[in-house]
Amino acid sequence: MGLVHEIDYGTPASRSDKQVTLTVDGFSVTVPEGTSIMRASMEAGIQVPKLCATDMVDAFGSCRLCLVEIEGRAGTPASCTTPVAPGMVVHTQTSRLKDIRKGVMELYISDHPLDCLTCAANGDCELQDMAGAVGLRDVRYGYEGDNHVRAKNDGAANFKWMPKDESNPYFTYDPSKCIVCSRCVRACEEVQGTFALTIEGRGFDSRVSPGAHQLFLDSECVSCGACVQACPTATLTEKSVIEIGQPEHSVVTTCAYCGVGCSFKAEMRGEELVRMVPYKDGKANRGHSCVKGRFAYGYATHKDRILKPMIREKITDPWREVSWEEALTYTANEFRRIQYQYGRAAVGGITSSRCTNEETYLVQKLIRQGFGNNNVDTCARVCHSPTGYGLGQTFGTSAGTQDFDSVEHSDVIVVIGANPASAHPVFASRMKKRIRQGAKLIVIDPRRTEMVKSAHIEAEYHLALKPGTNVAVMTALAHVIVTEGIYDEAFIRERCDWSEFEDWAAFVAEPQNSPEAIEALCGVPAETIRGAARLYARGGNGAIYYGLGVTEHSQGSTTVMAIANLAMATGNIGREGVGVNPLRGQNNVQGSCDMGSFPHELPGYRHISGDAVREIYESLWGVKLDNEPGLRIPNMLDAAVEGTFKGLYVQGEDILQSDPDTKHVAAGLAAMECVVVHDLFLNETANYAHVFLPGSTFLEKDGTFTNAERRINRVRRVMSPKNGYADWEVTQMMAQAMGVDWNYQHPAEIMDEIAKTTPSFAGVSYDYLEKMGSVQWPCNEKAPEGTPIMHIDGFVRGKGKFIRTEYVATDEKTGPRFPLLLTTGRILSQYNVGAQTRRTDNVVWHEEDRLEIHPHDAENRGLRDGDWVRIQSRAGETTLRALITDRVSPGVVYTTFHHPNTQANVVTTDFSDWATNCPEYKVTAVQVAPSNGPSDWQVEYDEQARQSRRITLEAAE
Amino acid sequence: MSLQPASTEFAARAKSVIDEYKGLEGPLLPILHGLQEEFGYVPGESVPIIAETLNLSRAEVHGVITFYHDYRSHPAGRHALKVCRAEACQSMGGDAIAAQLIQALGIGFHETAADNSVTLEPVFCLGMCACAPAAMLDGEPIGRIDAEKIEEIVAEVRS
Repeated sequence: MGLVHEIDYGTPASRSDKQVTLTVDGFSVTVPEGTSIMRASMEAGIQVPKLCATDMVDAFGSCRLCLVEIEGRAGTPASCTTPVAPGMVVHTQTSRLKDIRKGVMELYISDHPLDCLTCAANGDCELQDMAGAVGLRDVRYGYEGDNHVRAKNDGAANFKWMPKDESNPYFTYDPSKCIVCSRCVRACEEVQGTFALTIEGRGFDSRVSPGAHQLFLDSECVSCGACVQACPTATLTEKSVIEIGQPEHSVVTTCAYCGVGCSFKAEMRGEELVRMVPYKDGKANRGHSCVKGRFAYGYATHKDRILKPMIREKITDPWREVSWEEALTYTANEFRRIQYQYGRAAVGGITSSRCTNEETYLVQKLIRQGFGNNNVDTCARVCHSPTGYGLGQTFGTSAGTQDFDSVEHSDVIVVIGANPASAHPVFASRMKKRIRQGAKLIVIDPRRTEMVKSAHIEAEYHLALKPGTNVAVMTALAHVIVTEGIYDEAFIRERCDWSEFEDWAAFVAEPQNSPEAIEALCGVPAETIRGAARLYARGGNGAIYYGLGVTEHSQGSTTVMAIANLAMATGNIGREGVGVNPLRGQNNVQGSCDMGSFPHELPGYRHISGDAVREIYESLWGVKLDNEPGLRIPNMLDAAVEGTFKGLYVQGEDILQSDPDTKHVAAGLAAMECVVVHDLFLNETANYAHVFLPGSTFLEKDGTFTNAERRINRVRRVMSPKNGYADWEVTQMMAQAMGVDWNYQHPAEIMDEIAKTTPSFAGVSYDYLEKMGSVQWPCNEKAPEGTPIMHIDGFVRGKGKFIRTEYVATDEKTGPRFPLLLTTGRILSQYNVGAQTRRTDNVVWHEEDRLEIHPHDAENRGLRDGDWVRIQSRAGETTLRALITDRVSPGVVYTTFHHPNTQANVVTTDFSDWATNCPEYKVTAVQVAPSNGPSDWQVEYDEQARQSRRITLEAAE
Repeated sequence: MSLQPASTEFAARAKSVIDEYKGLEGPLLPILHGLQEEFGYVPGESVPIIAETLNLSRAEVHGVITFYHDYRSHPAGRHALKVCRAEACQSMGGDAIAAQLIQALGIGFHETAADNSVTLEPVFCLGMCACAPAAMLDGEPIGRIDAEKIEEIVAEVRS
């Protein structure tokens, strides 16, 4: 083991195809044109001393340490800002350079505290390294005089000194150690794109300033950690490093938060996690991170984690801690009893998008093989099931078409119903970088999100549509493209079915689909729609990125198809920089779908009714599989209420908090006789559980996650499971208790079974992933190195299929009683139901869910910012505090669903997508009124939750 | 620096200055000059308004304001006296002149007199090296400063 040391080349790589050969210190080096001398030297293994350069940001040339001499050129140019030239002869070490460097270092050190032994960066300090590299032995200037180091000079206050800023929960800023190299400022600008830092003042007065001389926490800082990573000294340091010390070994693994799937180095000391550092070789994140992946891992060791199995006969009883054996035997007996009593189909399970591919595969296998039915579903049901259906119908695959790198080649980026800056921050940073380089942006969203306007980012067009009118707007965009003749006929004739296109074109060209006709309906000016359509069709490479604002509607699948139609009509499919890309919400929601988590599909999206597919598994598993699809989550709950569904195994998902219409979910769960919750915490669903099986975190197991770009990334165990077993082992023990003969020794064996049975995974194995780092499916004989971009020469289904997208308004309508439309979403610092992030210091940014309401609507109701309000829909009501903002349009309110005491989903209804049952979270007609405090339901729920979390203490001996 | 939300009246005044210059190429410096002209200094409350209008971050605006010594973060006195402290003036006795001015006005550099009559500021080269030592009072250059001119300056600001 040992620490993974990544080489810092000093400046970013050049993308030029042309090669240049030069000589550095007598060695011949060949590099792409445009490479800096510093980088070329490093390629040859020669490290030029440097402080202000690092390869995550562009060269700056301020530290004057990396000077070199070039034969035939005067002076001592900086190697970071000087590009290579053919035949150049470079010397990195001469007596002249040595003197200059030593002199520069003397100046740096004359204004730096000499507390190296007790400094947090001891062992990881570039300033220290450079002092060593240049042979600094003496500081002739002394340490007296003007300085930023000491609070007092000779007893008098030193106004140049600034105290440590410890306001951020995860890192500290100690200005006394700052050498003003600007690396943090540039990382914030170039990598993260927030521009929260600056250098204030000039000359000796220059200091790094968050915001306008504010505390980090009060500034625009989003705590992504890029500045901390860039800092060459202890000025910006993780608090965990200050507390624990430097790590001694690291393990590369994959973040378990959103669908971006960032690669991280888990830097360890023994079994203690010191810090998570983004991994430069990670192909999804390219060395960047966000506040969640970088810092919010504290939940893994939170005191709320349940580490022992527990059971209880009735959900009104307190929990009783038992042995694993007792818990599993009890579960197996209960499931068998229920099946004997109520029929084989009376039990089912829910796989988790938070768990690994291998674990998900095992859960669906347990249900299909062990339970003998297809009652398996997953939380993708409530997020991206319309993506699977819509893209499957039109293109032939249920996944995004591009890799994340593709965005670097886009000219027009369309973001629909997604706020990547909050929900997929690392990808948002990459997208913003491209926009700052000149790509145009179109945002289709009811809210003015950070993507619409933030520092140096401004959407060309913002279509602030009324929630629920996606299909109408997408069809209107198509109307403009078809009627103005700006579609790509050559592409369509070659790749798609022309007669289907003609039929579709005739439909979208109908006058009722024109922007002018739907303006009143969606609230977007016709000219804006026309402008956006023209830009997308004619602006070069057009890429569409969309989120749950597209899918979580009663017409979610239709919108996905409408998006696919647009991409096909404009020829924006099948090469770099274009495509249709769902931004998947959870770390492994792509993987859980791939692994056969849906009741109608076996792994690899093959329908359960296909005899040939079933045969593969029947012969391997030695059972007969049911050829009829099983129950979806909402069907399971309905059946439970009707009394025909009695037992459920839920792995790593909190359906009570995350699924719509909380009261209906609660009623369904309460009607079951054996609910098994396998999770880290006693979540809200566990309030209705009879068996609790403790889960393990991503730090405690081996496996793979598949991110939104279909990339299969390794998850590696960095510490032993606190609960004793990785989740796959628990599922295996449960299967064994039910009499199924499983004997996997390692998740690698599970992956081998997946590869053997699933054509799109045929080439995947742990050995191969070890070699490649990661791979994007399909990975098989046809694409041995995986598939970064899909549909290159033709669509997977053959010809691309245009489908008519008739707009049918949702039945959820506003009226006098419920005049406002509620839509829901996420915030940067919190994640989903918040089970993890609420148990970290991320709560300093978002301690409660707030209701965003437009000043106009607030004034009508006599609401002031921060007032308690009651929000009521046809389904239920809850209370929370108002946040008055014009980010939402009049008539629209918005909230997050991160906190169980708010339970935004009490309000959401049970309307759902016509094709896939994906719930309509994004549109609920509501009324908002002032309130005095929690609703009756909140009080009752709180009490019930408190009661149901009681754990019996063993009698003291 | 204060980041209190700006009052409506203040915001309207600041906004009208910002709107006047925002169409220029490189509008930030003209806007800051305009604000200093309007308010006598660049109020901290204007930072978020400028940032919002030009689509910059607050930090960037702050960085620019603090880089230029000419932009004040507090109102100046009725008169502003800038005394050159650069090399050419120093070689012509600028240090002594500065000391005498400090003595005569009773305030140090970056300070404003208690009666708000004058603010004393150092400046690094007024481009009047041929007439060193030099100073600038309310935008009027003064060359070859000697004891007599110091008296005149003091009389002017005290009047």
